[in-house]
Amino acid sequence: MLTEFGKIFVFLIFAMLFVAISIFIARLIRPTRPTKEKLKIYECGEEAMGTPWIKFNIRFYVVALIFLIFDVEVVLLFPWAITYKDYGIYGFLVGIIFLVVLAIGMAYEWRKGDLEWARPKPNIPDLSKILKKKIAQPETIEPSADN
Amino acid sequence: MELYDLIFYFFAIVTVVSAFMVVTSKNIVHAGFNLLFTFFGVAGIYVLLGADFIAVVQLLVYVGGILILLLFGIMLTNKITSVELRTGTAHIIPAVIGVGIFWGALTAIVAFKTDWVEVNTASTESTTIIGLGNLLLTDYVLIFELLGILLLVALIGAASFARREIEELKD
Amino acid sequence: MYDFLVDLIGNEIIAAFISAALPVVFIVPFVIFGVLMERKVAGHMQDRLGPMRVGYHGILQTVADFFKLLQKEDIVADGIDKKFFNFAPYLVFAGSYAVYAALPFSSKYIGADIDLGIFYIIAVSGLVVAGILMAGWTSNNKYSLYGALRSAAQIVSYEIPTALIILSMVMLTGTLSLAEMSEMQTAYFWNWNIFGGAEWSFTKLLLIPFMFAGFLLFYISSLAEVNRTPFDMPEAESELVGGYHTEYSGIKFSMFFLAEYANMFAVSALVSVLFFGGYHSPIGYVGNTLGLEALIPFEQVFWFAAKGIFFVFVQMWLRWTLPRVRVDQLMTICWKYLIPYAFLNLLIIGIITLI
Repeated sequence: MLTEFGKIFVFLIFAMLFVAISIFIARLIRPTRPTKEKLKIYECGEEAMGTPWIKFNIRFYVVALIFLIFDVEVVLLFPWAITYKDYGIYGFLVGIIFLVVLAIGMAYEWRKGDLEWARPKPNIPDLSKILKKKIAQPETIEPSADN
Repeated sequence: MELYDLIFYFFAIVTVVSAFMVVTSKNIVHAGFNLLFTFFGVAGIYVLLGADFIAVVQLLVYVGGILILLLFGIMLTNKITSVELRTGTAHIIPAVIGVGIFWGALTAIVAFKTDWVEVNTASTESTTIIGLGNLLLTDYVLIFELLGILLLVALIGAASFARREIEELKD
Repeated sequence: MYDFLVDLIGNEIIAAFISAALPVVFIVPFVIFGVLMERKVAGHMQDRLGPMRVGYHGILQTVADFFKLLQKEDIVADGIDKKFFNFAPYLVFAGSYAVYAALPFSSKYIGADIDLGIFYIIAVSGLVVAGILMAGWTSNNKYSLYGALRSAAQIVSYEIPTALIILSMVMLTGTLSLAEMSEMQTAYFWNWNIFGGAEWSFTKLLLIPFMFAGFLLFYISSLAEVNRTPFDMPEAESELVGGYHTEYSGIKFSMFFLAEYANMFAVSALVSVLFFGGYHSPIGYVGNTLGLEALIPFEQVFWFAAKGIFFVFVQMWLRWTLPRVRVDQLMTICWKYLIPYAFLNLLIIGIITLI
């Protein structure tokens, strides 16, 4: 008799097979006529410039880090959630103390601004400055580069 | 049982081969992706050991958490893909001796020091989570609360490190 | 169902494979129907008709699209990391398909009735995140990578409020198995968890407002989990082209699409199991009144699908109602609103269960 996890394993194998078979069928039907243009990275329809592997906002990392800690917390709370009723008030308090300790951490992060996502400053051109500049030296104005 | 052994070897091979690819891969992102299979294989072995809760935790924390964190870490590092990792071997003989001794000692300890219990597979409970919950609320209640404090320390520590990084970036 | 198949075929492994194939028999027609529904809902909400050409009122449009995708050329552009680029669709589809293993479609069919049910579902969705990051990274495309990073950060952040609400439901029901959870909400709709569960007592009344709050919090975070509007930054067309699957074409792209719609139904089904009685009928079974026991499982599949599709419809409805939120708003909603409220909800439900 297969165990329940055995069935899950069969599910995973079946999903893989399903994708493999679909791709195989498509391979039989579809044309393969690559040209130089087709084999370029699509990106946004324009010629791709530079490498995509640029430096990203470090906030992503911080979010993943905080998530990991809360993830472990949730993992530890599941066995508690399923059994605490047998222990009455005592069982409930054990879990709540655990949760409140983490809530303190959360409150700390909140207070210190770690949960803020750096908001991009809106780039509103100051019209009066541009005008002053234009009046002072009208011929030297260059088309300002887009940022 | 024939099928059981087959599946065990499947997971064992997946774990070992992908772990080998993690350490030999020249591209650090590929190393990260290969780690996924290692974690998955380990989860499979936990299932075969009857530790269903630990297996799912392995999937949740390692695949869904640590792997993502690692990949984020790699992707955040500037120009890391252009760096060719040095994976050549140096000092093979001392390494083999050192690793051999360590492995031997570890195996000896596990084999001779463990209090092996023969478990009748038919009588084991279908899930370990209830037993785990009961233990957390009785024998290990202090450890459970201490874990909470440990996580709190980790949270605050992680946040202050990250804050320093962000402030450095701003300058 | 599995036992029945074993008896019928006599081979456990073949039976397990057939049992594992059943959800796909549901998913593929659902996706074909769901894509059409998405376009029709979009059309009618904007006062136009949507697809009208293929078949009566365009009902065969998605079938035609499917055949079109099947014969599209598979382009793997230069500079793409081929090995993992080709593997990512497998991972994403397998991750979303594995969720279906623990969903009870009826009292007679559940892929794998593990005791960890819902906990397993939270865990296995991590495979999808890894697959999305893999797709984004190997595409050699700025927008794909940015979409993948956003998507991963969003899914992991919103996993916490989801898990907290699930935790409070586990505290209420005392089980992790989704089949057991559905069985608890049997008979009529006033036994559903959203109306305080099947137990008639003073606490049932107390629970109702917190169950509604829990449902709302869960539904909002589930929207983010499947990258639907208003949380669809990972695929924001106006800034990221197509998100993490921009570089995919043909059948590989349709695998991402399939996984996305499968996920939409999976979270909706989860909502219905947690709060709305799962596969149970709200008004009793026709099979019971007629005395046909064999009819009941089919009715249950019908109700399960109907509840799931209703919540998918709400997702589509929201898509054409709400504007997209910004990234910083996304994080604020998660960390400053959903998580504290979910935490409070958990506390209150815990106290009520002690009474």
